[in-house]
This record gives sequence, C-alpha cells and structure tokens, in this order.
Amino acid sequence: MPVANIQVSETPLVFYALRRADDALILGHRLSEWCGHAPMLEEDMALSNIALDLIGQARELYSYAAKAEGKDNDEDKLAYLRDVRQYRNLLLVEQPNGDFAQTLVRQFFYSAFADLYWRAMMTSRDATLAAIAAKSEKESAYHLRHASEWIIRLGDGTDESHRRAQAAIDHFWAFTGEMFAVDDGERALIHAGIAIDPGTLRGRWLTTLSDVTREATLTLPQNDWMQQGGRSGRHSEHLGHLLSELQSMQRTFPGQAW
Amino acid sequence: MYTQALNTAETDDRGLEDAGKAAQFQARVDAEERIEPNDWMPAAYRKTLTRQISQHAHSEIVGMLPEGNWITRAPTLRRKAALLAKVQDECGHGLYLYAAAETLGSSREELVDAMLAGKAKYSSIFNYPTLTWADIGTIGWLVDGAAIMNQIPLCRCSYGPYARAMIRVCKEESFHQRQGYEIMLTLCRGSDEQKAMAQDALNRWWWPVLMMFGPPDATSQHSDTSTKWKIKRFSNDELRQKFVDATVPQAQYLGLTIPDPGMTQDADGHWRYSEIDWSEFKQVLAGNGPCNRDRIAARRKAHEEGAWVREAAAAYAAKRARRQTAQAAE
Repeated sequence: MPVANIQVSETPLVFYALRRADDALILGHRLSEWCGHAPMLEEDMALSNIALDLIGQARELYSYAAKAEGKDNDEDKLAYLRDVRQYRNLLLVEQPNGDFAQTLVRQFFYSAFADLYWRAMMTSRDATLAAIAAKSEKESAYHLRHASEWIIRLGDGTDESHRRAQAAIDHFWAFTGEMFAVDDGERALIHAGIAIDPGTLRGRWLTTLSDVTREATLTLPQNDWMQQGGRSGRHSEHLGHLLSELQSMQRTFPGQAW
Repeated sequence: MYTQALNTAETDDRGLEDAGKAAQFQARVDAEERIEPNDWMPAAYRKTLTRQISQHAHSEIVGMLPEGNWITRAPTLRRKAALLAKVQDECGHGLYLYAAAETLGSSREELVDAMLAGKAKYSSIFNYPTLTWADIGTIGWLVDGAAIMNQIPLCRCSYGPYARAMIRVCKEESFHQRQGYEIMLTLCRGSDEQKAMAQDALNRWWWPVLMMFGPPDATSQHSDTSTKWKIKRFSNDELRQKFVDATVPQAQYLGLTIPDPGMTQDADGHWRYSEIDWSEFKQVLAGNGPCNRDRIAARRKAHEEGAWVREAAAAYAAKRARRQTAQAAE
C-alpha cells in the first residue's frame, strides 16, 4: 500500500457518500476530543456517545462509497489516506471545539439539519442510503434534543453562559449556508431520486433554530453572507491539523494491519 | 486494586457505638448478608467503604486520560470506535461508583473535590504515559486484566451497592480485556516493527501492573478489618500471584517475553516473579510518577473550565423551578 494519498474515482454517487461520510467522521472526531475533558461526567458520556454514532455513520458511508467505487479502497483508506484537499466535509464540522458553548452550537446547527436530512433521505431510491438514513435519523433526533436542551440552558442560564452561547451562534452562523448548497453532480442524483434537495429543508431548519433560540433568549444573526468551500476541498486551516493527528498511524506505518 | 493506596488502619471506634448493634452487624456480614444504605453500620465501615469506592471512582475517571490520549490517533475506524466506547465505559463506571459512594452519605462534589485537591488517591497505574498504540492493547490486556482479578471478589463485597456495581463493571472490564488482548495479538502477528512495539509496551507496563495489587501482605496493615467485614476476600499477594499465573501463558501465546529474567515456574505450576521495586511504587503514590502532575492538571482544567457550564445548568434549573411554581400559583 502506498504512503501517498489514494485516488478516488469520484462518480457522483461516490462523491455524494464521501461528503456525508466526511461530515460524520470529522464532527465525530471533534466531539471525541472532549472525552475525559468535559464540564461534567454526564457530558463526557453524552459527547462520546454522539461521537460514536457519527463515527458509525461515517463507517457505513465510507464502506458504501468504496463499494460504489468498485476499486480496492475501503473505509480506512478513504478516511486515513486522503489529504485535506480530498476531504469534502462542511466547514462547520471541522471548526475547533472552542468552549462548551461553541461545541454545542456547532452541534445544534448541524443536528437540526441532519435530523431533517436523514428523515428525508429515508425515501431515497438507493436502498443502502435509505437504510443508513433510517438508522441515522433516530440518532440525529437524539443529538438534536441533547443540543437544543443545552442551547436553552446556556442561553437562559447565567449572564456568562448567555454571552458565550450568543458569541458561538454569531461565530458559526456563516458556516450554515453550505449545508443547503447543491452542485451539478448532486442535482443529477436529486433528479434520479437518490438524493434529496437540501434547499427544501432550510425553512424547517430555520423554524427549529428560531424556536429553540427564542426559548433560550438568544438571537439569530441577520447577516446572510455564507462562507463555502468544504464541499470542493477548500477548507479552513483547522482541518489539516485534525487530519495529521487522525491519520498519523497510517501515515507513519503504511500498509500494516491494526 | 484501584484502591491500592488504602493502606492505613481505621481507628476502631465501635467502642463508642452500640455494642449490640455492632455484634448484629458482624453476624449479618458473617452470614454473607448484604448491608444496604439504610442499614446500621459501624462508622469505620462507612468511612473505609467511602474511601475505597471513591478511590475506585477516581481511578476510573483519571484512567480515561491515558487511553483518551489515543482516541484521536487510533489507527483504524474500528479501533477508534472501540477505544472511544471503552473510555466511555470507564466514565460510566466512574459515575456508577460515585453513585454507590453517595449512598454512604458523601456527595459526588465532595469526593471529586478531595481528588482534585490531591487528598484522595487514584490507582498509581494511571500515572504512567501511553506512548504508542501498543500501550492501548497492553492497558486492556494487563491493566483491565488486573482490575478484573481484584474486582471479581468485590462482586461478593458485603456492601450491597458496591457489590452490585462490581457485577456490571466486571462484565464490561472483561470485554475490554479481550479487546486489549486482541490488539496485542494483531500486533504480534504483524510486522517486526509492530511486534517490537508490543514487546516495548509490555516491558514498560509489566512492573507497574504488578504494583496495582498494592503493597506486599507483610507490610499491609489494612487487610485485617477489611477481611473481617468481607470487603476484601483475598490478600494483595494472593491476587498478584493469581494474575501472574494467568498472564504468563497469555504472554507466551503472543510470543512476548515477560521482562523478568529471574521468573521461574515452581513445582505447583505457579510462576514466581522477582522482587518488585517498591520504592518506585512509593514514589508514584507520593506524587512523583511520570504523569501525576499532568493527570491532576488535566482533571482540574476540565473542572475549572466547566464551572460556568455547571453554573448555567444550575441557574437554568432554578429559573425553571421558579416559573413552574409561579404558574402553579396562578
């Protein structure tokens, strides 16, 4: 096995599965960084649990991408032997954990989307994606509930927690537009009934956000400028560091079984 | 063994207590009955158990750190998920054990504060660093293996909540141990580099793991009362010997060498190990192990940086309670 990056034949379906797998892995990895360091033991448990769900989703999606590609790639090659430019996750999920408010706001924005997204994907004409969606939807519903409850607690807790939660919302807002963007390859999959159009989810996503932030006495930014680039491999500087840690063993000891 | 520092005799204050109740208590213990939270118990029994269970809980929580050190670097997605789930289990054990300790009348906050202040101990083994991936296999195989050896008898501990906690904990620990051994097996069947990594890890962990069982019986003053109260069923040396006898064939199967050239097998089949360097053990317990300062610093950092989150949760809960009371009054 080469030490260098693998090449992936990125057909629209492979590409589609990879993007969602990368979202799940990178966010799962970020959450796993909290394990042993959370504000309370219950959150060490909860964040690890959510990370495990996401890593599980990533594994299924990578395996499916590898199968759809039909070469000799597998979940580990896809995760460990692609470089930052080959990763296609949302910019939102690669952002550093920051404080607990930032981690939970990032999770809230993503889970509010993922919950709707996976529920809609249960009707995919692709049986594997529909099956992954059915499992992920249940998990995402729980992730959203956990994050929403924390947004309310932090927003309506103390002055400090309110300030931190509002700052996190303002900080991550510009990364949310990318969740609803679609390119030509994805448009073909949407027409074929394999993927769903995420743009159709934005209204309901915004309703969830509005309801929760209102109860939390927080406000959503009016600014509608959105930063994009993750889907085409134009990442923030943070992802390279995450990958160098994630991939260190496979890069240092290439081609070995663990 | 997660409570190895528990080595001082409790002052026997039963003289101040009702002698009749004390006799009744001992009779129940002797009859293998379980003592429950609302039952009468000697103050020294309560104190001993609070200390033992909370030390055990602290060990689970501090023990998350050396293994957590590899979650972000696990070599495959399967290993990453398994390790994360394992460390999460340890956290669950900690929570479970704090809850068991709370049934004796101390709050989790008090117990945690004592650990963060350096007043309460945790197992010395977690003051050693995890330097390579093979350390993760070795911890599962040996550290969890040693923990099981100690905790299986604790499933019959006289104190009900602790005994029941141990039953669940032991099931998970035994899964962890198999997982760790499987990591070692994979390494030992791998490249020369991987096998060397496995041997190096065994070399570094072997002696600290033997120290997990606590000081030799000859110097341990603690065992007498604990044995009488059926908290402890086997002596430190008995458990250590059981562990060594179980582990040597496992190492042989892996093709690894126990780093004890003086080890011999006697006629009864027992593996006799060389003298343990107890001065190292004392140093680590005194705070002078390789990672003592890092471990406490990491737990304090999590605690201090999480303070505003816990305050927010408490403030919100209080606000919500006030609103509900106000609504009910309308």
